[in-house]
Amino acid sequence: MEGNEPRRKRNDRSLDEDIPMPRQEPKDRVKNFDEVALGYTEEMAVAEAERCLKCKNPQCVKGCPVEVPIPQFIECIAKGRYEEGIAIIKSKNALPAVCGRVCPQEQQCQKNCIRGKKGDPVNIGRLERFLADWEREHGVKTPSRPPSTGKRVAVIGAGPSGLTVASDLAKLGHSVTLFEALHVAGGVLMYGIPEFRLPKKIVQKEVEYVQSLGVELRLGNLIGRIHTIPELMEQGYDAIYIGSGAGLPQWTGCPGENLGGIYSANEFLIRVNLMKAYDFPASDTPIRIGKHVVVIGGGNVAMDCARISMRLGATVCLNYRRSRNELPARREEIENAEEEGLICKFLNAPVEFYGDEKGWVKAMRVTCMELCEPDERGRCRVRPVESSDFDMETDTVIVAIGQTPNPIIQRTTDGLKTDPRNGTIIVDEEGRTNLDGVFAGGDVATGAATVISAMGAGKRAAKAMHDYLVNGNRGDRTSTN
Amino acid sequence: MYRIVSKERLAYKHTLFTVDAPDVAAKAKAGQFLIVIPREGGERVPLSICDFDRERGTVSFAFHEVGKTTKELGTFNEGDELFNVTGPLGNPSEIKRFGKVLCVGGSIMIAPALLQARALKEAGNEVVTVLACRSEEFLFKREEAEKISDRVYVASDDGTVGETGLDFLKDLLEKESFDRCTVIGPVVMMRTVSEMTRPFNVPTIVSLTPIMIDGMGMCGVCRVTVGDQMLFGCVDGPEFDGHMTNFDELINRQRSMLPEERLSSLLWEQKRGCRCGRK
Ligand SMILES: Cc1cc2nc3c(=O)[nH]c(=O)nc-3n(C[C@H](O)[C@H](O)[C@H](O)COP(=O)(O)OP(=O)(O)OC[C@H]3O[C@@H](n4cnc5c(N)ncnc54)[C@H](O)[C@@H]3O)c2cc1C
Ligand SMILES: Cc1cc2nc3c(=O)[nH]c(=O)nc-3n(C[C@H](O)[C@H](O)[C@H](O)COP(=O)(O)OP(=O)(O)OC[C@H]3O[C@@H](n4cnc5c(N)ncnc54)[C@H](O)[C@@H]3O)c2cc1C
Ligand code: SF4
Ligand code: SF4
Ligand code: FES
Repeated sequence: MEGNEPRRKRNDRSLDEDIPMPRQEPKDRVKNFDEVALGYTEEMAVAEAERCLKCKNPQCVKGCPVEVPIPQFIECIAKGRYEEGIAIIKSKNALPAVCGRVCPQEQQCQKNCIRGKKGDPVNIGRLERFLADWEREHGVKTPSRPPSTGKRVAVIGAGPSGLTVASDLAKLGHSVTLFEALHVAGGVLMYGIPEFRLPKKIVQKEVEYVQSLGVELRLGNLIGRIHTIPELMEQGYDAIYIGSGAGLPQWTGCPGENLGGIYSANEFLIRVNLMKAYDFPASDTPIRIGKHVVVIGGGNVAMDCARISMRLGATVCLNYRRSRNELPARREEIENAEEEGLICKFLNAPVEFYGDEKGWVKAMRVTCMELCEPDERGRCRVRPVESSDFDMETDTVIVAIGQTPNPIIQRTTDGLKTDPRNGTIIVDEEGRTNLDGVFAGGDVATGAATVISAMGAGKRAAKAMHDYLVNGNRGDRTSTN
Repeated sequence: MYRIVSKERLAYKHTLFTVDAPDVAAKAKAGQFLIVIPREGGERVPLSICDFDRERGTVSFAFHEVGKTTKELGTFNEGDELFNVTGPLGNPSEIKRFGKVLCVGGSIMIAPALLQARALKEAGNEVVTVLACRSEEFLFKREEAEKISDRVYVASDDGTVGETGLDFLKDLLEKESFDRCTVIGPVVMMRTVSEMTRPFNVPTIVSLTPIMIDGMGMCGVCRVTVGDQMLFGCVDGPEFDGHMTNFDELINRQRSMLPEERLSSLLWEQKRGCRCGRK
């Protein structure tokens, strides 16, 4: 930091550039699981906040799925009024420490920032993270509890969507029970996104906050088995929210996929993140990883698997069907991964896996692909190039080609309408399913999406649920029936 | 936390716990399993439900101390608390009146096999139970088996008790006709019995024990090939058609973390030897 001139006076040109985020050096960070992005200092945050033009008609807010009042909280940072700033964010977003870290801001709030027209957009996510971290260090305030409404709500799944619904409804005075199938709450935030992008301590703080609102958390409760939705209704819950996510891994279907050394992204991530296999044998759950890892896929999930593998000491090659331009992962993560040594191979897809005499994968055959005309959604289609197969040596394969909703709840709830193509639960704008009093949202309704969209769905559903509980409003039920 | 209300030594290194878990007990059925985490930070191990008492709100499971986590579980005592018991998981066994059923339980899995035998008996079946163990010292619950079944056979690998090996089953299947066979035990035994019943066209249900982590369909480590389908042991099973199951693949996949499991187990024993760890 230069001199002790905290509010650097900058000319207009330098205001086009954002304040860079301090990060661990690639050569260091690829050897540890500590957080890569270190966070703004107060000085940096203020300087970045001062770049905001406080637009009258802020485009940034339109890009945020939960409409965080962005210029208002940024102004608070510029003026050093942090407590007020965090309260402004929390009026719309219960998990700012998470969203500030993992929101794809470049596609959401920062996409339309006026500053971005000429230079770098204001770094809204980093500022949001700054305030959330500031609050955590200075003690989180628990809002006082409103009088009880006497209504009971069951929320299924303690991912971002379920946590949002639980906290919103608890704040309105409803008695909320949050059922989580795993032994820890947080959903993908705990088992999917790795420690070095989102420290688990932070997620647990957010969970504790939700509990401090009076939400009863029941871990190790797989709904559909321990209780079904109709049974919960019989037990006297007045409304139910299903936020069970999209946790069912998809496979390539290629021969040899059941060989040893071939993991679904979920298995790999659960072992490493949730069960802390990176610390084996100090932790009890192991992971076996070879020297040459191939990750199949190109989304955030694939990128996370690749970056974990590098931290476990492997050389990693990412095989993606389309080209670099179509990579769905966040640009920042791709850059981070490449700095850490990721090799990307584009336009190819696996056709077969080969094993050694012990049944462990030793090679795979891939075929080259070419891009062709875009489909209805504007995404390039691909087709295999004839006689272009080649073999690659590998000793570990991670299949990260997507997840669909887990079918347990759908199978055990008679009459619940789902989309036969992908198993998602069909809901209206406010999260109503076709069953009276049963709501759903997040990945289970949309398919794998983002943290903030799952929270946004939770916000809307919580509002509709409140309306249902208090006024008996069932909404216009034509769209789901 | 889940309190252990009783601990029963079934045989050498074979232990049965009954734990306080009213919600689990209310829904538990024969054929389902639990995921047990002994202490915070511990491994998630799948263990079959071998009894439940809906009134007292308890469920029971039995385990064979084979690796780190089951050995550690063995050090827990009555009154101690387990960090987590998730369940019931998996599909319940199909229990109805089939006619005459051959119910084979092997090794520690004798315990859950008896729960099935009892349910099958209550459903009006004639139940012939086979208790298979390594040697006499590993045999348990023989009297209970005799109480609930119409007939009981005992077999041991070394012949120290009952028949030697399972070859006698061939004669039994020659002489008598069965409408159904359920087998729960070591994978190799389930394969052997499935091969024996195949020529007699006895529908044979096996309870598979692939490696599992979540036990609820999230990770896919438990995938098995049955017929030409890839299925998940935890949510599609654990029971499958023994004549369609690809046992070789299952055995191979079960071994995939063997060196790591051995290391973990060894380190734990070392630590216990010097008494610097827990207990
Ligand atoms: C590796 C990875 C990286 C990602 N990176 C990003 C990122 O950088 N930025 C971003 O915005 N998004 C990212 N995402 C996507 C984002 O995490 C999800 O869209 C979001 O978590 C969905 O929230 P949810 O609450 O709907 O579901 P989940 O987070 O999946 O939570 C669902 C919860 O429900 C529980 N559950 C399931 N079934 C039952 C049941 N029957 N009974 C009880 N509980 C049940 C599950 O155990 C889980 O805890 C990533 C996803 C993954 C997998
Ligand atoms: C659905 C299901 C139900 C199960 N029910 C039971 C049960 O009721 N009782 C029970 O004891 N086990 C049961 N198992 C097996 C049990 O989960 C494993 O024994 C347990 O995970 C071992 O954990 P560990 O850490 O002690 O040993 P690990 O370190 O995981 O394994 C140690 C070694 O022992 C081998 N091994 C595993 N199981 C056995 C066994 N039964 N006999 C001999 N060697 C074995 C493993 O292949 C491994 O090499 C079940 C498994 C599944 C999937
Ligand atoms: S919640 Fe996400 S999208 Fe909304 S302002 Fe914060 S970082 Fe941007
Ligand atoms: S669009 Fe950019 S400059 Fe305008 S208010 Fe939003 S963050 Fe500030
Ligand atoms: S144990 Fe993970 S899917 Fe079956």
